[in-house]
Amino acid sequence: MNQAIRHSWIAAIAMFALIFGAISYVQVVGADELKANAWNRRAILQNYCNDRGAILVGGSAIAESVPGNESCKFQRKYNQPELYAGLTGYFSRSYGVTGLEGAMDAQLAGSSDQLFFDRIGQLFLGNQPKGASVELTIDPTIQKLAYDLIPDGQRGSIVVTDPKTGNILAMVSKPSYDPNSIATQDVAKEQAAYNEAIKIPGVNLNPSVSGPTGALLAPGSVFKLVDTAAALNSGKYNADSVLPNPAQMSFPGIQYQLPNYAGGNCYTRNTASFAFALQQSCNTPFASIARDLGENAIAQQASKFGFGQELGDQLKLDYAKSVFPSDLDAAGLAQSAIGQRDVRATPLQIALMTSAIANGGVQMAPNLIKAVRSPDLRVIDEPKPVALRTSTTPEIAGQITDWMTSVVSEGIGSGAAVPGVQVAGKTGTAELGDGLNNSWFTGFAPANDPQVSVTVVMQGVDITTGAQLTSPNAKKIFEAVLNK
Amino acid sequence: MSHADTMPKPRRNVELLLLVLALSVSIGANALISIDEQTSLDTDFWFQSSLLAVASLVFHVVLRLRAKYADPVMLPLVVALNGLGLAMIHRLDAPGDDTGNNQLRWTVIAMAVAIAVIWFLKDHRVLRRFTYISLAVSALLLILPLVPGISAGEILGARVWIRLGPMTFQPGEVAKITLAIFFAGYLSSNRDLIMLAGRKIGPMQFPRFKDMGPMITAWLVSIGVLIFQRDLGSSVLFFGLFIVMIYVATSRISWVVIGLTLILGGGFVASKVFSHVALRIDSWLNAFTEEVFGRSPGGSGQIVEGLFGMASGGLVGTGLGQGRPNLVPFANSDMIIASFGEELGLIGLFAIVMMYLLLFTRGFRAALGTRDAFGKLLACGLSFAVALQCFVVIGGVTRLIPLTGLTTPFLAAGGSSLLANWIIVGLLLMISHTARGPVDTSPMQPGRTPEAQKPAPAAAGRQDRNATQTLPDAPTEAVKHL
Repeated sequence: MNQAIRHSWIAAIAMFALIFGAISYVQVVGADELKANAWNRRAILQNYCNDRGAILVGGSAIAESVPGNESCKFQRKYNQPELYAGLTGYFSRSYGVTGLEGAMDAQLAGSSDQLFFDRIGQLFLGNQPKGASVELTIDPTIQKLAYDLIPDGQRGSIVVTDPKTGNILAMVSKPSYDPNSIATQDVAKEQAAYNEAIKIPGVNLNPSVSGPTGALLAPGSVFKLVDTAAALNSGKYNADSVLPNPAQMSFPGIQYQLPNYAGGNCYTRNTASFAFALQQSCNTPFASIARDLGENAIAQQASKFGFGQELGDQLKLDYAKSVFPSDLDAAGLAQSAIGQRDVRATPLQIALMTSAIANGGVQMAPNLIKAVRSPDLRVIDEPKPVALRTSTTPEIAGQITDWMTSVVSEGIGSGAAVPGVQVAGKTGTAELGDGLNNSWFTGFAPANDPQVSVTVVMQGVDITTGAQLTSPNAKKIFEAVLNK
Repeated sequence: MSHADTMPKPRRNVELLLLVLALSVSIGANALISIDEQTSLDTDFWFQSSLLAVASLVFHVVLRLRAKYADPVMLPLVVALNGLGLAMIHRLDAPGDDTGNNQLRWTVIAMAVAIAVIWFLKDHRVLRRFTYISLAVSALLLILPLVPGISAGEILGARVWIRLGPMTFQPGEVAKITLAIFFAGYLSSNRDLIMLAGRKIGPMQFPRFKDMGPMITAWLVSIGVLIFQRDLGSSVLFFGLFIVMIYVATSRISWVVIGLTLILGGGFVASKVFSHVALRIDSWLNAFTEEVFGRSPGGSGQIVEGLFGMASGGLVGTGLGQGRPNLVPFANSDMIIASFGEELGLIGLFAIVMMYLLLFTRGFRAALGTRDAFGKLLACGLSFAVALQCFVVIGGVTRLIPLTGLTTPFLAAGGSSLLANWIIVGLLLMISHTARGPVDTSPMQPGRTPEAQKPAPAAAGRQDRNATQTLPDAPTEAVKHL
């Protein structure tokens, strides 16, 4: 009997040996795989409740970690949430991380390689991980001004950059939402807020498809700057060229007639100079340039300005690539050349195009990050201006600048004029087909030494409203930046 | 040197020392948690700690008085496990949650009942008289949860609870003990019959069909529990208990083969016929597939969350109170092992499992040492049941085997489980007391049987103080080898 008892004991020991093996497997051998599993909320929550670095604008935090409740030591808090939602994104338990919170996660969470030694120090001091803080290039005054210039209830975006550095000084869009509501620890409230926010027209909580970086809009006449650059670049046109300017343009074999812009003074003459065509934003001169140069020339110039291209890795936000269509028939090419049909550009893309012209043809990579600082305030990253691509020659850029200056001084962009300062600009009105338009203004100042580039777009407005909301608002931003 | 030559030592002071150690571990754990939660030790903490300490010391004193040769390691092991369980349950309590205090109340009740068992029973062999009463009680306990009016209905898919006023109770936990008593009584009386009759085929001696009766009964009980109460874990436990006891009684490996065949066959059929068994197996095998993970009921979410928790604990754990064990459903009961794995890490969990290993090893040691077949069978069966229960639970949590709804002895929240396991410890302590105590060589006293008077110099180990049982046992020197 004792022998059998001993055997039973050995059987029990064998079961325990299996248990020891299973525990070792789960906690050591397979642990990394389990930790990396997408369903593992612990990884998110671990991060979620840590003391995460702040996102700073002008020295004050727009996103920071504040002491939380007992289940979560720290809680993410967004100050001026609507104003900065498009930049910060949100940091949510259930819906993940978007915007800069996501792009700069490694730095904010403190898991970046750059923070290796800080982590070692924390290990010995037993502190909770504390992340680096990220300071943005945004100017809080300009950001606030730009946001307030878009009326409540109006869909629109404004992008303000420094054309020489590529630094983004303001980037706003309306409507916005409150990321605090999606970063709450109350799961029910979080879900309700999320479901509410995704219903707001123009707010898509995935930043790649909304706001200045994601909204793909018909650019209308601001696209004529591409045609102008393409024309000058071809060598077939110069400052003295005389462009055909019929009231409407017909195409062989198609009923369609492309009309000239009805508002300005285009109808007063049958031919036009570049300056006049841009000043009055006439359609047919640019359609004829496109017909003359062909689809490829326009498409190539568009891509040199950034259409369909990468925007560098300093932006840190998801963005949509702007589109110039291909395989166009004659009418399609003509319509595309004036920014209608299937041409699509994000507000950011138009801002980059204008900035390239302002910067002598060199397009600087858009940059949002001023500095990344470790918890002890040591600067661990400070992006330098990076030239992204050459969009055109300095001569051509200078020529276009001259004409854009006349758009503001003598043409239909006069609303953007700032007394005592030469402002270069271009307006655009893209018809949406239901009587409403996307109304654009893009420009920079001072024309001879550009400090600031401003791009404004208001979506779904009538012509009058668009005229009141674009150029005059750009003027206010020019003044605000230049008077600083 | 035969141990019968030297006077056995009670070792109660060793027990006291170990008990102080066990209390400092569990009270220390509770202190860490209390400090973590409210930065100071509140009256609740002091009340809980002193209650556990007082109850343990009373238990110790009772052992000094009533069973002074009892194993000195068992009580400290159990106090440490129970104390750690209390600390973890307390740690997992949400604000306003009373599970921790409830567990403390049940701890005191369970210890009191175990003390009463030791105080009033005096000798475990008395239980043999209750062989068939135990069978009847077992049957009653197992049927109770199915009786309308008493039954608490189906809770979390199983019908194993009864309602007693405001409380629920799981009679199956106690049935584990009464079944062990029945098996021990039945087998110690009939083992020669079962052992000697039967045909030999190759190396295996097969039993006669009529001797298969108890085996078939046990099988039917287990299958019945599986079908009617939907309790896979208890079903496996009851059957494992019976297999090990019939094996120990007969030393025939053929019983184990037959038993395993029966349980595997039953399990296979059950997995085909009963959806709840099939779901358990599916969520074990395919735990990491999307459809199974999110399924309700019968999804693998609980196992997978537990695995995530243990993985995040790693080697050294997150520290008590620093992890997130509350992400795991039933973190304080079914999944308490995962909670410990997360916060104490591999090292801490190994220590806990090692305590169970020592505990059941001490039980087996008592089985080896005691001189009566009934006591041997009972101690061996109960010890194996503790080991098997740990295996089923921890194996389930670590995805070694399918997860079943058994409690982790002493650690998990649940009154019935605490009560039953403390009674088991009481019984094992009493059996160890007779195993380790001096062999009675004094002149005959009233009530003593003639055999007991004979001086037994070298062969003392063979002596059976229970006169009704005279079957030869193996020499007890084996005790020393454990």
